[in-house]
Amino acid sequence: MSIQREIPLAPTAEAALKTHWRRLNRRQGRVQALLLLATLISCGSVVAILGFLTYFTVPILTEGHLTAIFSWSWRPFHGKFGILPMVAGSLCLAASAMAVAYPLGLGICGFAHGLGPRWLRGPLMGLINFMTSIPTVVYGFVSVIFLVPLVRTTFPASTGYSWLTATLTLSLMILPTIVLLIQAQLQQVDAKVRLASAALGFSPSQTLLWVMRPLAARGLWAAAVLGFSRALGDTLIALMVAGNAPQVPHSMLDSIRTLTAHIALVVATDSTSRAYQSIFVSGLILFAVTGAVNLSLRRLQSRTPAGKRHA
Amino acid sequence: MAYFLARGFAWLAVAAVLGVVLLFLGFLVVRGLSTFNLGLFFGKTPVWAAITGRLPVWHGIWPACVGTILLVLLASGLALPLGVASGIYLAHYAQDAWKRWFGLAVEVLAGIPSILMGLFGFALILFLKKTFVPQANTCLLLSACCLALLVLPYLIFMTQTTLESLPEELRLAGLSLGFTPWQNMLHVLLPAASRGVLSGVILAVGRAAEDTAVILLTGVVANAGLPSGILGKYEALPFHIFYLASQARTEAELAKGFGAALILLLITAALFLGAYYLKSTVTKSWDQKDLLI
Repeated sequence: MSIQREIPLAPTAEAALKTHWRRLNRRQGRVQALLLLATLISCGSVVAILGFLTYFTVPILTEGHLTAIFSWSWRPFHGKFGILPMVAGSLCLAASAMAVAYPLGLGICGFAHGLGPRWLRGPLMGLINFMTSIPTVVYGFVSVIFLVPLVRTTFPASTGYSWLTATLTLSLMILPTIVLLIQAQLQQVDAKVRLASAALGFSPSQTLLWVMRPLAARGLWAAAVLGFSRALGDTLIALMVAGNAPQVPHSMLDSIRTLTAHIALVVATDSTSRAYQSIFVSGLILFAVTGAVNLSLRRLQSRTPAGKRHA
Repeated sequence: MAYFLARGFAWLAVAAVLGVVLLFLGFLVVRGLSTFNLGLFFGKTPVWAAITGRLPVWHGIWPACVGTILLVLLASGLALPLGVASGIYLAHYAQDAWKRWFGLAVEVLAGIPSILMGLFGFALILFLKKTFVPQANTCLLLSACCLALLVLPYLIFMTQTTLESLPEELRLAGLSLGFTPWQNMLHVLLPAASRGVLSGVILAVGRAAEDTAVILLTGVVANAGLPSGILGKYEALPFHIFYLASQARTEAELAKGFGAALILLLITAALFLGAYYLKSTVTKSWDQKDLLI
């Protein structure tokens, strides 16, 4: 505006310029409003999901069925709608899949950062990256055709559809998540300490074990938490190979049912309102756990980077 | 001593994972490739009649392929404008306090298991049936909406981070030349960020194509033929694989499952490689401060 004042303009030109500016300003306002609307819709969907889950859970509270839902027996034809076996199943499966995948992930990251030959790092990380693109249902399919019969012949007591089979398949699926998170953290730390520790005479593998591992603790935690939540949220592998019997498993060869598979199964087969109520409670539990995981990850990331405090 | 143990363990872990993954892929490729022929797609129906929808396809995966393509197109059509607009808003328009809250919501959305998106769609239909639209039922459109929610965080995240990683000079140059902020966004920043955004789009498409849990609850069926409309039931490739894994009775049906699984893998792998390539070119071009692409 100030430049425009210094150069005298014909009155008509000035008026034209003013309308032009006004139009531009209005368009700015409109664009910003539209962008805000899009953002509100995107973020509002989280609220909507939570809202719907809660809306369908409320009748349970008012009718006083909550203790019936939180019981250890799921026999819909006998009026028993307990989902605790599924909660146990979800926790068992996620924990066991993590127990397999996490050490493997650590090993692979260590291999890429000093414990293995340098030339293998590229292809190895390429393959791990590629694994993120394999569809879950394909893991499940191959597992049904290949792993289930293998487990059945190895352990004749089992049908093959078991906690063990699901654990092995699921651990393969969550491995890339774990490796890529730890790898990203190690790379950050590596950039900071490589020269210093080399100057002190550490070999690359010594650097990894005694310098980088303590510094990357944050990334190690984040990978564990996120991997666990991924394992908890998976539906297809549990549904396809875990056997889906609503029971608390006594051995790795028992069939189990997870909360996610439970939701899918009830929607597909049952039609009583009590059974439906149970899946909305299951949904709320899953929502709460994954939400808590993301909040804790955010806290983990916002704290002072571990590297800064020491270096 | 600890060092030798760690080294041994690392080698063991890598050997185990490499072995299992290569075995897995090899098994799938060998069994899948042998099923590739026109019969896999169209069964015994004449090809042209099947493509135009004149004759129904009974023993092929063609209807499932069409269903998946429609589903992905619809879902990305819904998610793309929302996701990119939200990404732009978060990168350049939102004030810091709001940005924190919106960012939190997007992160929570990204962490929600896909089955909950499906359950959301299912609950929506239950709700509509009870209240406004008694004849509401699960359908292609509903699945697309829920899938759009599922892939939204990818789009928002990729748009936001690519825009934020652009050099500050680029933004200032446009503004100092007299662009309004929105003109600057449309003609300078978005084109410069296009590869990053595009890689986000491709990742989202891949995610929408492979997800099974969402559509399982929102209207996919095993034998619908070609989808009759966006309010009808439909078939989809991932669900077809899931269905065959449990219901295949003959060797031929199983072979069809392998064919379908390999095709789905090829699709997602191709999309992934495309996104990977685009992303690597983005980082490279800004690393070299090569502003004129």
